Formats: sequence, structure tokens, C-alpha cells
Amino acid sequence: MTEPLLSVRNLTVEFPTRRGILTAVQDISFDIMPGEVLGVVGESGAGKSMTGAAIMRLIDRPGRIAQGEVILQGRRIDNLPDAEMRKIRGRKIGMIFQDPLTSLNPLYRISEQLIETIRTHLPLSETEACKKAVGLLDDVGIPDASRRIDDYPHQFSGGMRQRVVIALALCAGPDLVIADEPTTALDVSVQAQIIDVMKRLCAENGAAIMLVTHDMGVIAETADRVAVMYAGRIAEIGPVRDVIKDAQHPYSSGLMGAIPRLGANLERLTQIPGSMPRLSAIPKGCAFNPRCPHVMDKCRIDQPQAVQTAPGRRVACWLYPPQDGTTASAERQSAE
Amino acid sequence: MLAFIIRRLAQSVVVMLFVALIAFIVFRYVGDPIASMVGVDTRLEDQEIMRERLGLNDSVFVQFFRFIGNAAQGEFGISYRLQQPVTELILSRLPATIELAVVSATIALVFGVIFGVYTALRPKAWSSAGIMALSLVGVSLPTFLIGIGLIYIFAVELGWLPSFGRGEVVDLGWWRTGFLTESGLKSLILPAITLSLFQLTLIMRLVRAEMLEVLRTEYIRFAKARGLTQRAINFGHALKNTMVPVITITGLQLGSVIAFAIVTETVFQWPGVGSLFIVSVQVVDVPVMAAYLMFIALVFVLINLVVDILYYVVDPRLRVDGGAGK
Repeated sequence: MTEPLLSVRNLTVEFPTRRGILTAVQDISFDIMPGEVLGVVGESGAGKSMTGAAIMRLIDRPGRIAQGEVILQGRRIDNLPDAEMRKIRGRKIGMIFQDPLTSLNPLYRISEQLIETIRTHLPLSETEACKKAVGLLDDVGIPDASRRIDDYPHQFSGGMRQRVVIALALCAGPDLVIADEPTTALDVSVQAQIIDVMKRLCAENGAAIMLVTHDMGVIAETADRVAVMYAGRIAEIGPVRDVIKDAQHPYSSGLMGAIPRLGANLERLTQIPGSMPRLSAIPKGCAFNPRCPHVMDKCRIDQPQAVQTAPGRRVACWLYPPQDGTTASAERQSAE
Repeated sequence: MLAFIIRRLAQSVVVMLFVALIAFIVFRYVGDPIASMVGVDTRLEDQEIMRERLGLNDSVFVQFFRFIGNAAQGEFGISYRLQQPVTELILSRLPATIELAVVSATIALVFGVIFGVYTALRPKAWSSAGIMALSLVGVSLPTFLIGIGLIYIFAVELGWLPSFGRGEVVDLGWWRTGFLTESGLKSLILPAITLSLFQLTLIMRLVRAEMLEVLRTEYIRFAKARGLTQRAINFGHALKNTMVPVITITGLQLGSVIAFAIVTETVFQWPGVGSLFIVSVQVVDVPVMAAYLMFIALVFVLINLVVDILYYVVDPRLRVDGGAGK
């Protein structure tokens, strides 16, 4: 069994506010193997983006990692000094943001932004870096890259800009790319292309992807494994096929039921009643209990712990009570 | 770019014509200039001759077009008070005002940007809170009070710096400068600080607010996520984006520095255009007042033009149809 590229252990992210502490991410654990694509899905506010930001240590103040560890290639990175962390960003972990229109600095040429990033991390001369930058733009599918590299961001369309963003995220050869809703702001017709480019380039470079999205379709097409998040916790995690075919957590099965399928002769898509609670009003017990069709008394009192239900699959739901002798943390270690 | 400049120039001409009209109308009706020139014992016939010689008996239209025509040639007539050509008078006073304004604007810009960036990067530090509190003083205290305060401390009590005048000046033929003598430089310090203080605090607060705004943007987050150094992010990516609105305000403020040097010049007895204007107002020296107004309007128009061109240089999005054109 190979060592995971990234291990997140019991990560908790808190935001102290005047009305008390809000917990955006609560006690989540998962691994990403080298070269793997892990999808992270959930509704808005489920904590998916916050998890990505926490790994990169880019949480806006006053938010903070209150607990837990992030281990990259066997090294703990959640407590590194800022200067060390800076060397990991871009070099070891690249990040792609949601909106390509605002991700690029409007006052600098694409070439300047690329070369600056490349030369920050790699010992290349200006000309070498420029050559590499043109190659990268070629790779992400920008036609006539050697000429367009001197253009400014506003001279590119949204899809093209997201390609530039991908080139920027990959230019120092990271081992992991955190893509935070990379296609949400794009035209539907461009989304598939962008996902393709991202997946192909990461595969070529052997980089793993943590794909944060609320689009189950994208996850189904792209990811190897998927983590379903709800109200700051992981409800269920497992191989994509298994989760889609046979979702175990009532929330994920609700999500799967909401995917339209061609050919399926359904009158209506199923719908999960209600909406996700706000961070300030998370119910006691299992956060999903007010919306759950299988709710039991126990769900209203105790938070269910993650339980391994099959190899590589974990579910946090009282429908799958912990077996004797197995504790949640033991589960986590045996997972993967 | 050229078409843009020509268009802006045309607009500037219209603005100047409009200002000329206002200058003409206002000053034509502020009172009888003859009355303030003559003594009690001047004969009415002599007053009539003066009136005729100054062209005050012509119709309003004739007077206005003569005013415009002369103004276009840089000709504003003879000062009623000093009996000298107004243009010459203003040009002789101009170096003093321009030197004062340029030094003040430089002080304001340099320290404004430095303090603004500093307070934006360390929003929670005590030093930032101190600078912000002091800046409130700069914004709220009237210029003349600051000037008098500085004179009291540095000229009267400490005796380090002169309290009035320009010191010794060196005549370069077309320009009389105070930069080349020690007393000239010393005399410049207090008025320049007085004049710059308001602009300084304004620029500082603007830079701080803009910088805080820019630091929250997505492209700064993305720059951080790419592992760029803190320095490259703060002083490259963030500061450059901060400068666009700062250029506008600073440009316009340079105009006001020249225009509102009046108070500072009066407090420090600075022999500039502003003090010339104040004296002219007291004696209803209409040609000088009109010329001064036109001059200030010209300064604003020119500065606006330069600011617009600077936008083009700083912000590529404004350059029409792409990076090739510049």
C-alpha cells in the first residue's frame, strides 16, 4: 500500500464571531493518493471550499484551523511557518479558483504572471521560464500561444482565462491541485473542455486533484473517489461508482436521486426537503436529522461517527452503527 | 490614443471657453473698478477718460469677445492696480507658486503612499492606529491654523526656520528659483508642509482603503496560492492596482494645491500667484482676477488630460483593442 500524498486528520476550522464560534469544517479526515482524483461535493456552505483553503492555509481571518493535522508526503504542513508554507503553495500544491475573470491580475500580462510564478519556484532564467510558459499555454490549449502570451487577461474569453489559470496553477509542477469549483463560473459548453484539460495535464504530470464542486455530473465523470460533505462534516466517502450506484448515507442517496438521467423514465427528480442549516444553527446530533427520511431518536441526540462499511468506504450515519471493538479512528487508519 | 487626446483637447477648449464666460460675467459685475482706483479728488472727466481707455464703455459683447481674443493670445490687459501687463505679473509670480506646489505634492504623494500602504498592511498595529488618528488631525484642522502653529513652534520658539517669505532666489532669466540657496530651501519647508498636510492625509486614507480592498480580491488570493513572495504580492500585484484611483485623486489634488495655495501663501507671505490674487480682490483688480481664474482652470484642464493619459499607461484594459496599440 503506497503512502498517501495528502492526509487530512480530524481537521476543524473555526470562525470566532461576536455571537460565538462558528465551525465551518468539523473533524474531517481523508487521504488523497498520488495521482488520484478526489471529488468533494456538497451544497453551498457545506465546508468544501473551506477544506481546500485550510489545506493551503489560505483561510481568511479571523478563521483558523482549530484542530487536526494536514500531512503532505509525510510532512506536517498545517503548523509550518509562513515562509515555509509559501514554498509549498504553487510548488507542491497548486490551486485553481472558481472565477477565472477575477483570478488574474488585470494589470499584468499573462507572460509576466507566468514567468513570475515559475521563477519564484524554479531556478530558471527569464528566457527559459518564458519558453516553459509558452509550452504550458500550448498544453492547456491556447491557440497561437507564443503570440498570445503577451496579452492581458481582459483579452481572453472566460474559458481561455480558466485555461491560463490552470497553466498558472500547474507551472511549478505541483503534486496536488486543489480545484475549487473550477467550472462553476463557465459556460456549460466550455465546462467539459476545462475539466478535460485539467485532468489530462494532471495525469501527464502525475498530479493528484482535489476537485471541489457541487456538480455531481462532473464528479461522476472525473473523480476516482468522492467525499460527500454536509454541514462541515464528511457524510460519506468512497469510490465514485459505489457511492453513485449505492449511496449509503441518506443525504448522499438524496443527492444521487437528484441527478437527472437520460432514459430513466421518471416523472420527477427526487428532492431533499428543507435546506442545509446555517453554521450558527446546526441541530444537535446528526446535522442532517431534520431532513432525513430515516431519522431515529438517536440521530437527534448523538453525532454519528464515521464507520467503515466496505473497503475504502466510510459513512457517518446511525443506520450503520459502529461494530464492537472498532472505533472511528481505527476505521480511518484501516481505510484506503 | 491620438484620437483620444485630440478629443480630450477639444473638450478642454470648450471648458476653457465656459470658464472665460463665467470669469468675464462675474468680474464685470463685482463693482466699479474705477471707483477703487481713483481718489476722492479725481475729477469726473478724468474718470471718464480712464473708463474709455480701459474699454469699459463698450457693449458687453464687444468686451467679452475682446477678452476671449486677448486671452487666447495670453493677453489679459493691464493690471488696474500696478499698471503692468497682467500676464507678465502672473508669470513673475508663477515660479514661487509652482515650486511650493510641486514640493508639497511630492511630500503628500510620497508620504501618503508610504503611510497608506503601511497602515493597510498592518491594520491592527498600534503604529497604524496612531498614524490614522494623526491623519484625522490633518484632515480636520484648517490650513491656516496648521501654518500658524508651525510658525509658532519652528520659527518663533525654536527659531530654526524663517517664518515668512521665500528667502534668497536665483534668477535663471525666465525662472526665479528658491531651490538653489540655503535660505530659499529653508523658507520652503514650513509652507510646503502646511500645504501638503491635507493632501497627504487624503492620499494616505485613499491608498489605505484601496489597498485593503485590493488585498481582498481573488487575484491576490490566487497570487498567494501560487506561492509568490509577500513582497511581490504587496508591492507588485496589490500596489499597482491601488494606484489607478490614487492617480486620479492625486492629479486633481495637485490642481487644488496650486489653486488653494492662496491660504498658505497668505499665512507665510509667500510671493506667489495666490497672494497676488488676494491683494487683487481687495482692490477689485479685475484683469488680474480674471486671468487668475483662467490660469487655475487651465491648470485643472491640463492635469486632467495628463491623468487620463496616465490611466492608459497604467491600465491595459483602457487601451482600445488590445496590447499592440499604445
